[in-house]
Amino acid sequence: MRYNALSILKQGLTGNKGWAPAWREPDPKPEYDIIIVGGGGHGLATAYYLSNKFGMKNIAVVEKGWIGSGNVGRNTTLIRSNYLLEGNQPFYELSMQLWEGLEQDFNYNAMVSQRGILNLYHSDSQRDAFARRGNAMHLTGSGGVMLSEAEIREKCPYLDFDNARFPIKGALWQQRGGTVRHDAVAWGFARGADMKGVDILQNCEVTGFQIDNGVCKGVETSRGTIRAKKVAVCVAGSSGRVMSMAGMRLPIESHVLQAFVSEGLKPTLPGVITFGAGHFYVSQSDKGGLVFGGDIDGYNTYAQRGNLPVVEDVCEGGMALMPMIGRARLLRMWGGLMDMSMDGSPFIDRTHIGGLYFNGGWCYGGFKATPASGFCYAHLLAKDAPHPVATQLRLDRFRRGAPIDEKGAGPQPNLH
Amino acid sequence: MIIKHPLLGPRDAAEFVYLGDANMIKRPEGFGENVEEAMYEHVYLRENPAGEHHELWYHEQGDRSWLVVTRNTLTHEISSVELARDVARRKGRSK
Repeated sequence: MRYNALSILKQGLTGNKGWAPAWREPDPKPEYDIIIVGGGGHGLATAYYLSNKFGMKNIAVVEKGWIGSGNVGRNTTLIRSNYLLEGNQPFYELSMQLWEGLEQDFNYNAMVSQRGILNLYHSDSQRDAFARRGNAMHLTGSGGVMLSEAEIREKCPYLDFDNARFPIKGALWQQRGGTVRHDAVAWGFARGADMKGVDILQNCEVTGFQIDNGVCKGVETSRGTIRAKKVAVCVAGSSGRVMSMAGMRLPIESHVLQAFVSEGLKPTLPGVITFGAGHFYVSQSDKGGLVFGGDIDGYNTYAQRGNLPVVEDVCEGGMALMPMIGRARLLRMWGGLMDMSMDGSPFIDRTHIGGLYFNGGWCYGGFKATPASGFCYAHLLAKDAPHPVATQLRLDRFRRGAPIDEKGAGPQPNLH
Repeated sequence: MIIKHPLLGPRDAAEFVYLGDANMIKRPEGFGENVEEAMYEHVYLRENPAGEHHELWYHEQGDRSWLVVTRNTLTHEISSVELARDVARRKGRSK
């Protein structure tokens, strides 16, 4: 069923009794051409693009819990394409372009809201670095302008411009950045894939891989063995755990990132604001809550909860940036698992095991990448060749001495 | 998290800097067969277990010693803390 104004009117007049479930709940078939492990944003996007853009059939998505129950269900919902390096920036620009057409494409309201992202700078050297980044963005047509202090005062007069230690000197502004309704992204992709016949198998945990002579022939699951010609893993924070079942060690550590939502406030923030002197970023949800976060906790964990020192650090960043945030009460906070890679950049690649593919290492920036990650992964699975914007997102890049290290922090996952 | 420092007693984890997997103590020899591969694995690849994890913490805001902390990554429970120096010597390093 396609959603449109007419169907809303019709259903409204007939007591809303005709709405069908957005996707089926099929039983697993014994064999598929492609099995996608992980029913999060990236896995569902991969299934969607495989079935809708690359004409592939006989696909299943297997998910341990319910779809969208991981990081796509709880993140800070930012989208942007303001990266620096050529291994990354064209990829994120593709993602932004896909976001811009997504709702029409998959016929679902994902509430894509391009209200802009404001990266504040506080020193001359930071201004120069941001100007360089802005130039890199223009190379991919991503836009971006440098704003003066006066222009920012007009947009957000409540920021602490004259902070003694970190005065605000200006900003890099990407108008096309913004926020998206995160759950709707998972649901929209799931529905779009399901309409093309993709089986979405929930409560189906992968417990092992069937690997025979270096070739992956299928997966063992809690709902039985399922054979497949290709198995595509994209399980984000659980990457290390799942790939260890295939005997692989990855250039990835799992860390926890905490995020926070305040009580609902009147419209206050023009878009996303990031603090340049510490790690703090904030946006305002459509319900009015301030959604903010900062650094990861910095140690390996699968516990999905963080500790108080980082809470304090994030709140200090908020107070230094916009002191009025101190008057807002915190409504909720949570922690999610981040697959932190050794250079802060992701992987979309084959593995050394035939028929086994890997997508992961998204660190804490996976949400904005969702459509492009799905599109490029689908390209790799359908054509067995990387998409042109994802040629550098390879698993062997460290062995070749070719990391994509935006921050220049070296092989230290908790610094990216 | 509270880390029970073998010399200083219980200390707040915020006093420490985290490095990661304690296998990094076992740095491969810089010369010999297959050095590049061994060094690549040493620097970049991780076990990343869900459960017990041996890891290096540096007491930067304290006595600047390196510790090997055994911590459960599912519960954050710390089961043992040793000086990294002692662990390294036991493994035959730093003689």
